[in-house]
Formats: sequence, structure tokens, C-alpha cells
Amino acid sequence: MSKDTLIMPPSPSSSFITRRHALVGGAGLLLAGCDQINASPAVQSVLSLGEKATHGAQRLVTDRNALAREFSRADMSPVFRQNGNRNPGTAEYDALAANNFADWTLNVGGMVAQPLRLSLAQLMAAPRRTQITRHDCVEGWSAIGEWSGVPLGLLLRRAGLSSNAKYVVFHCADSTGGAPYYESIDLIDAFHPQTILATHMNGAPLVVGHGAPLRLRVERQLGYKQAKYVMRVEAVASLDSLYGGKGGYWEDHRGYQWFAGI
Amino acid sequence: MATKFADGEAGGTTTNAQADDSPLIYRTKLPVRIWHWINAWSIFVMLMSGMMIFNAHPQLYWGQYGANLDHPWLVIGNRGTSGFLSVAGIEIPTTGFLGYAQNTANAFPPLVTIPSSYSLAGARQWHFFFAWVLLISATLFMIYNIVSGHLWRDLALNREERSIRHLWHDIKDHARLRFPTGDAARAYNPLQKIAYLGVLFVLIPVVILTGCTMSPTLNAAFPWLAEMFGGRPSARSIHFLCAAGFAAFIVVHLLAVLLAGPLNELRSIITGWYRLPKERVK
Repeated sequence: MSKDTLIMPPSPSSSFITRRHALVGGAGLLLAGCDQINASPAVQSVLSLGEKATHGAQRLVTDRNALAREFSRADMSPVFRQNGNRNPGTAEYDALAANNFADWTLNVGGMVAQPLRLSLAQLMAAPRRTQITRHDCVEGWSAIGEWSGVPLGLLLRRAGLSSNAKYVVFHCADSTGGAPYYESIDLIDAFHPQTILATHMNGAPLVVGHGAPLRLRVERQLGYKQAKYVMRVEAVASLDSLYGGKGGYWEDHRGYQWFAGI
Repeated sequence: MATKFADGEAGGTTTNAQADDSPLIYRTKLPVRIWHWINAWSIFVMLMSGMMIFNAHPQLYWGQYGANLDHPWLVIGNRGTSGFLSVAGIEIPTTGFLGYAQNTANAFPPLVTIPSSYSLAGARQWHFFFAWVLLISATLFMIYNIVSGHLWRDLALNREERSIRHLWHDIKDHARLRFPTGDAARAYNPLQKIAYLGVLFVLIPVVILTGCTMSPTLNAAFPWLAEMFGGRPSARSIHFLCAAGFAAFIVVHLLAVLLAGPLNELRSIITGWYRLPKERVK
């Protein structure tokens, strides 16, 4: 606040406006300063140490096979909100949806000995796991729903995952602003018993808004890792050469943490 | 730390003239001062980045689930350019402060958030870095408290201070803004001790534990964590209430510093040296 405003003659209206302007001006300067600090690459690289420490510490102190809590049907959210992209809206996807995904196939490839090409009927016939879990969105809301599908580990073993593979990438049918959605997880989560490619939600085939015909459930991470509209699963040794190189749409475009364990 | 101790006699005249012959004592030890400033910085960053994280979903719930179509107990929102706060169904207009302020329809306005413009990802980077700073510094300080005896010697209330009569007396003194003087000012007063103990043993542990329940990975490994608070949405509500507790503590703390003599108090928390206020005339 400038000194002038403090020694203004007692004219309430004008002093109010001046003081207010001084306050707003001061606030503007403060914000500009803060924004400059926030935009500094050095500051951002220091802050990212926190993310690395969190990832390392969570892997260190948690049992890698610990199961996320499973709930009963009575605990389920009355309505499970649809979030993110609710329809890929491409001609190709619309055609698949129109035919109830009878012509849809899932490709499992990359660093595997025997690439797989599976129809929805084959996935439905495969051994499955059903779990009622809590979906925790990065924004802060939570919803409990029932998911049923094929354990990812089963498919990866069937395909003969290479011992050099380090990540599993999920390529999706939806995109935002021209950028395709994709996500990736490490092998600890890929082989976790609750990590499934879900074909069903709350006892019924997935609806388009929730990612029909196939959605990833990786129960120990936040919502943006639960890729919808999965078309292709790819085993890779590194994430660097894929899209923006950070392992996911939100990671590449919005700076979200790749490890979404919190 | 030798201190010359002036006797308690005092005239009721100007305080400035007297201040010079009041004894200067070494009151705040180095570890306490270091922790105070590290903690102050991290709490500020945690509050400001936490408010931005809250902006991503400005609603709070009790129970095991909670999303847009459920029943929040607290909402900060806006209708056009009118901001409001709704608590347990009671709505308070807050335009200019919450919901809608600085021409921005965020729950908390740009002036008080990190970063200033909407960025959940950016706020999370700040929040998680300083969460580590807070966790490590609080743990080290807790060890120091116990090992050095600071906890029992300076923070714990003695038998006399624990009596209702004594506490009531201290409350009345605070209400009249009569702060301890002379010898009594060498130690923290009972309400001050309670406030510090509340931060150390309630707010900081609970805010850290509820913060951990935001992690689906930790919740899987340690199921009791979220259950202890009645579910993740409940824990998120408690996390927010702890943040409000920190904010309230900061307001009262800074007010007390201002009323008790800001320069003397600042010197004490920077250098450790504190000038005892002159004994009051009865």
C-alpha cells in the first residue's frame, strides 16, 4: 500500500477507492512475482523431487501385492459419475458401437513373444475377476463401483511378455484436442491381482460413458490412470518415444504425475 | 546465557523508556527457531497449494464415497458472478472472497492459491514437495522435543496450570489483552502452551495422516488408515478442517505477536533474545 493512501483526507469514498486500487495493484504485483517463481524450470525441477520421493517411498513401504479394499454391494455409490471423455465420437468408434463391438478386437503386442488379437466374445469367455472398489479421482471425489474383467497379468503371460519389457501402455480410442488418450503402468501394477481389463461395470456391460467396450482398472492409482476405450495394449522398455514421452495424456499435456499413487 | 535481572518495580509511564532497562533473556533455542521458520513456510505453501487442489472439486463429504451426485456437507460455488459458501445446507453469500472473486470463478481466489491461476497438476507438485518438508521437519522436531526436554520443560502444562481456576484466569487475561509480564513472561502461558500442543500433537499428526489417506496406494497397503477416519471422503473433510485449524492458529498467533510487541517477539524468534516486559503495577 502506498503512503499517500494512508494520509488521505477523511473523505471516505475516495480514500476507499484509492486504498482498494492500491490493494489490487499490490496484489497484482505479488501474483506476478509468484507466477514467475512457479514458471521457473529450476523451481519445477526441485519440486519434482517431491514426486520422485513419493513414488519411491510408496513402493518402499507398501506390500506390492496389497489389495485395495473391496466393498460390498451395499456400499456402492448410487450413481457413479462419468468423467473425462464420455464418447470418443469418431466414425470408426461409432461404427464399432453401432454393432455392439462385435467387430472390435483388442491387440496385445509390443515386446511379447506371441501377439494376441482378441474379440470381445473371447475376452468375455476368459477367466475373470470381479471387484467392488473405490475410484479416487485426482480432483478429490470418490465413487464406489463394481468392475469385472480379465486380469491383465493373464493376458501378458499368455502373450509371453519379454523380460526386457518394463511398462505396459494402453492406447485408447478417445482423444482430446487431437491428442490421443493413452496411459501406462509399470509391471508391479500390471501383474497386480486387481489390475483388470474390465468389460463390465455394476453387473452390466460397460456403457459408452464409462469406456465401452474395455477399460483398465488399476486400483491403487488415481482415476486418470483408469484408461477407457482401450484398443491396444503394448509392452515397452521405455516410455520416451511414445507421444509426449511422459507415459500418458495427462502427464504429457497437463503435467500430472506419472505415478498416480496419491 | 547470563541475563541481568531487573527488579520488578515499575512506574506506569511510557513503555519505550522502560524497555531499555528490562532484562534481555535468551528464550528461544536454535532448534525451535529453525523449526518455526521451516514449518511456517511449509504450512503457508501447503495451505495455498491445498486451496488450489480444493478448487478442483470444491465440495466435501462424509462417508466412503462422495462425488457430484452425492450429498456434500460443504460447498464453495458460484452462480454467474455470485459466490457462495454452503455448510450443512445453510448458504452464505461470499462474492469477492469465495466462489467468485478477482473476476475468477474459483472456490478460493487467485490471491491465496499456488499457482495463482487454475492448475491442479501444478498445485500438486508444490503440495507434495512441501509435504515432505513438513513431514521430515516435524519428525525431527518431535524427536528434539522429547530428547531435549523442551516438551516437558516448556510446553507441558504444570499441575497448577492444569487447574480450571488457573485456566479461567488465563482466559480472562487474554480477553482483556493482559499478557504476562516480568518473570511470568519467561515461560509460555497456559493458553499459548495449549495452542502449541494442539498444533504439534493434533493438527500436524492428523493433517499428515489424513493426507496419506488421499493415496490409493497407501490405503491398499494400510487399510486402517482411511478406515480410522471413516473413509477417504471423510478423511478429506478432516484434512480440510485441519487446514482451517492451521489458518485459525496463524490468525491468532500473528494477532498475539502484534499485541505482545511485534519487534520483541520477532527478535526472539529470529535471534532467540527476548526482552521481558516490565511488571505491571497492580
